[in-house]
Amino acid sequence: MKKIINAVDQVEEQMVEGLCKAFPQYLKRVGDTHVVQRANKKEGKVALISGGGSGHEPAHGGYVGEGMLDAGVAGAVFTSPTPDQIFEGIKAIQTDKGVLMVIKNYTGDVMNFEMAADMARDEGIEVDQVVVGDDVAVDGSLYTVGRRGVAGTVFVHKIAGAKAEEGASLADVKAVAQKVCDNVRSMSMAISPCTVPASGKPGFELAEDEMEIGIGIHGEPGTHREKLQEADQIVDQLMTKILADLDFTGSEVAVMINGCGATPLMELFVVNNHVADVLKEKNVTVYKTFVGEYMTSLEMEGFSISLLKLDDELKKLLDAKADTPGFKVV
Amino acid sequence: MASKDQVIEIIHKVAAAIEREAQFLTDLDNAIGDGDHGINLSRGFKKVEEELPVVADKDIGAILKKVGMTLVSTVGGASGPLYGTAFMKAGDAVKDHVSISADDFIAVLEAAIGGVQLRGKAEKGEKTMLDAMLPALDAMKAAGTADAKAMLDAGVKAAKEGVEYTKTIIATKGRASYLGERSIGHQDPGATSFTVMLETIAEAI
Repeated sequence: MKKIINAVDQVEEQMVEGLCKAFPQYLKRVGDTHVVQRANKKEGKVALISGGGSGHEPAHGGYVGEGMLDAGVAGAVFTSPTPDQIFEGIKAIQTDKGVLMVIKNYTGDVMNFEMAADMARDEGIEVDQVVVGDDVAVDGSLYTVGRRGVAGTVFVHKIAGAKAEEGASLADVKAVAQKVCDNVRSMSMAISPCTVPASGKPGFELAEDEMEIGIGIHGEPGTHREKLQEADQIVDQLMTKILADLDFTGSEVAVMINGCGATPLMELFVVNNHVADVLKEKNVTVYKTFVGEYMTSLEMEGFSISLLKLDDELKKLLDAKADTPGFKVV
Repeated sequence: MASKDQVIEIIHKVAAAIEREAQFLTDLDNAIGDGDHGINLSRGFKKVEEELPVVADKDIGAILKKVGMTLVSTVGGASGPLYGTAFMKAGDAVKDHVSISADDFIAVLEAAIGGVQLRGKAEKGEKTMLDAMLPALDAMKAAGTADAKAMLDAGVKAAKEGVEYTKTIIATKGRASYLGERSIGHQDPGATSFTVMLETIAEAI
């Protein structure tokens, strides 16, 4: 394993500390936890908290700030944060309008966040939640735990965050967050794996000429493995699956081309070039495009495509001001 | 079956066993999950070892509860809430006890399983730790509590068979569920870690 770290068991601590030192105008730590909250807590609004394992930076601490989250909780690398940490975050950001948890749909994340919510309710804090499952690669049937939450989660942070910033009620913020969940679809692929520091070994192996289609954000296996193709063919494959899952025809969409951690921006633009062409051909209008690293998987080389179907409310909230280290709309 | 001091000693042995098997558990998890089961449990039990002296003068119920709370706050993932809740519920089953009998151990395991089911909402046959836990409980009940050692050995045998059984079934819970039929042939890491714990207990009695 070759990584720029000091000690395996200090990575999360030093990442959180370094993040806060980089953005003191936006962020501060909650006590000695791995929770970051807004440097200046805003009262009178629904407080939003999200989190997950570390290794997805800028998610989730990087999305704390005006118009998005009030707190982000960082677990160990690729491991859900623990209930006590989430609970500390909830306590730090709670307002009299309540707290909304944005959870990516993984068994561990859901369990830990729900335990934290139980702890918060015991103290009289109003807490509700949405669970994001935007990954069309995996089957959301009765025989699985439902679809995984991936890069589309960032749209939930953005739009629910904008709604909360307006002073909307917990029920209304939850409703719009759920609307995003219902209208966002994503799919990923990778050409090289990533190594969790504590493990020291790549999570999977791919031959020089292979790619994994439908991979998860922790390097979990996807739908299948095949020979590497040209970018346009890969895009066609992912887009076919995304467009088959929800009817986007005639609608306006927000597009997110997300790099998994080691993908050159150049290649992400090559990807977006064809995504835009496919959408045009399918009579889908691109309202706004985001290209960059939003939900990474350490140093995995690959990308995901997320499409969010928009209506007037979602467009307005997407355009609202967001000022965070990892996401800005001005 | 065991005095309080022996219970503490057994928890240390369980921690050592998890440390010893951490890489194996992680490798199992790499195949069908997200490759952190051994790493996470090992981090949790290291913290448990640090915390044990703090509760050494408490009863067995309080000690098990402390183990559970420590696991909940250090393990993360799915196994943190599951094992954490299991140990906390187990602690409730032997509240104020300074020793535990074979009958108590059955009650402890039943409570632990109840905690796992409450938290994980899983049933038998979904390729989870329950596929080792439930057969172990049944086998121990069938063996009877007259001979604690024989009872535990029966439990370990059934748990191991349960682990083998997990190789033959499709996962419908946890991250392995996304693999569908591709999860067949792989043993469940959670069922395996439970079996490691039970075997360690059986060896210590």
